Amino acid sequence: MASFDKDSLSNTFIVALALCLVCSIIVSGIAVALKPQQLANKALDQKQNILRAAGMLPEDSTTTADGRTVDDLFAEFTVRVVDLDTGEYLDDIDPETFDPLRAAKDPALSIALTPEQDVATLRRRENVSLVYIKTNGEDIEKLVIPVRGYGLWGTLLGYLALDADLQTISGLGFYSHKETPGLGGEVDNPNWKASWTGVQLYDTEGTPSVRIVKRRLAADDPMAAYEVDALSGATFTTRGVENLVNFWTGDMGFGPYIARLKANNA
Amino acid sequence: MASHKEVLVDPIFNNNPIALQVLGICSALAVTISMSQTLVMCAAVIFVCTMSNLAVSLVRHRVPTNIRIIVQMTIIASLVIVVDQTLQAVAYDISKSLSVFVGLIITNCIVMGRAEAFAMQNWPMLSALDGFGNALGYSLILVGVALIREPLGAGTLLGFEILPTVSNGGWYQANGMLLLSPSAFFIIGLFIWAIRAWKTEQVEEPEYEIAANVQYREAM
Repeated sequence: MASFDKDSLSNTFIVALALCLVCSIIVSGIAVALKPQQLANKALDQKQNILRAAGMLPEDSTTTADGRTVDDLFAEFTVRVVDLDTGEYLDDIDPETFDPLRAAKDPALSIALTPEQDVATLRRRENVSLVYIKTNGEDIEKLVIPVRGYGLWGTLLGYLALDADLQTISGLGFYSHKETPGLGGEVDNPNWKASWTGVQLYDTEGTPSVRIVKRRLAADDPMAAYEVDALSGATFTTRGVENLVNFWTGDMGFGPYIARLKANNA
Repeated sequence: MASHKEVLVDPIFNNNPIALQVLGICSALAVTISMSQTLVMCAAVIFVCTMSNLAVSLVRHRVPTNIRIIVQMTIIASLVIVVDQTLQAVAYDISKSLSVFVGLIITNCIVMGRAEAFAMQNWPMLSALDGFGNALGYSLILVGVALIREPLGAGTLLGFEILPTVSNGGWYQANGMLLLSPSAFFIIGLFIWAIRAWKTEQVEEPEYEIAANVQYREAM
């Protein structure tokens, strides 16, 4: 060993190469081996978020009180691909593999929003998105749509659930956001989320008119049913939430689709 | 040469990486909001610190001096990716709430510090023990901080209700400040105070003495 010089150029190269080889084998081996489990977790998480927004799954549990699992509950939903401009279903895209968030980044699959259109600060909107429909026979019982928009620190991603009349909000939940804990982070507060249930969405002219307010109107005012209490100390977050709800249910979002469903129902 | 027991137990109180060396504060602030996050983070650091010390110590005679930091970093980074990927597969919810902080173990000064300061000079078994002991010292402080922050900040411990909060119809008015990172500074400060009151040899000599307040005329 006397002749061995660990600081020689050749040894430096050998050690660096060997290290890279061993580490990359370990890392890629682990990543490949665990990939199926990770994807399954992601899919399950997505289903939970949808069910929670629809008020069908408790916040702190993965089963309902009567012991139904996420997969069991989610089986009641049909996933459809919707063209946001026309509001028609598209059957040639597989909802299993389609990712609206990725599509929104692809210039071929999305449109740039003008500043007037872009109330939720998205910059680009996908042309096609997903809806989750719970049907009871022929009738729609619940409709869940993905929503997103800019709050204070970053984009809030969530689901908005509508009741059978497509006018009353059934629930709103965010599965990813970067808001301040205790202030804007209170969008996760179960009490605040509960205050969304029953809020009316479209005014008499069919424009989404949800407002998040500091001071509520008198209870007999017709517009009082469109209001949600703001979160104190979170002006930008609540403004963002208001904008994103109105954007995604409006003309640039799922508005045409919801209008078409309503026309079919009538 | 230090005995096995000393190497393992010393970092817990006598030479605690957070309380005495004041390393690894960043993750101690970030993950101690809830106990379950804290325990997972501690387990991750214990694994990474022990294994990286072991691995660095095993190759210490082969590693050229001028690329030794890169070698250590590569080993640590690989271990952290292994932990991160495993968490995503088996504990998805917690890995989501820990988000970047698992990845940031790579830059945790404790792991790097032990690899460079200890594992490069000592044989593998002793190095692994040293890594384990230091990670335990880190974990002890983190668990202590979480034990204060979670019950007082959210009224729960490991998700179970300890103090029924006003917002859930109880009597306890949750202290929101404890949910924000700066509160951990206060708690860690109190811990350091407590440890130094108990082990007075850790108290540092003042770097200079403030002169007695004298009147202008007296000073002349």
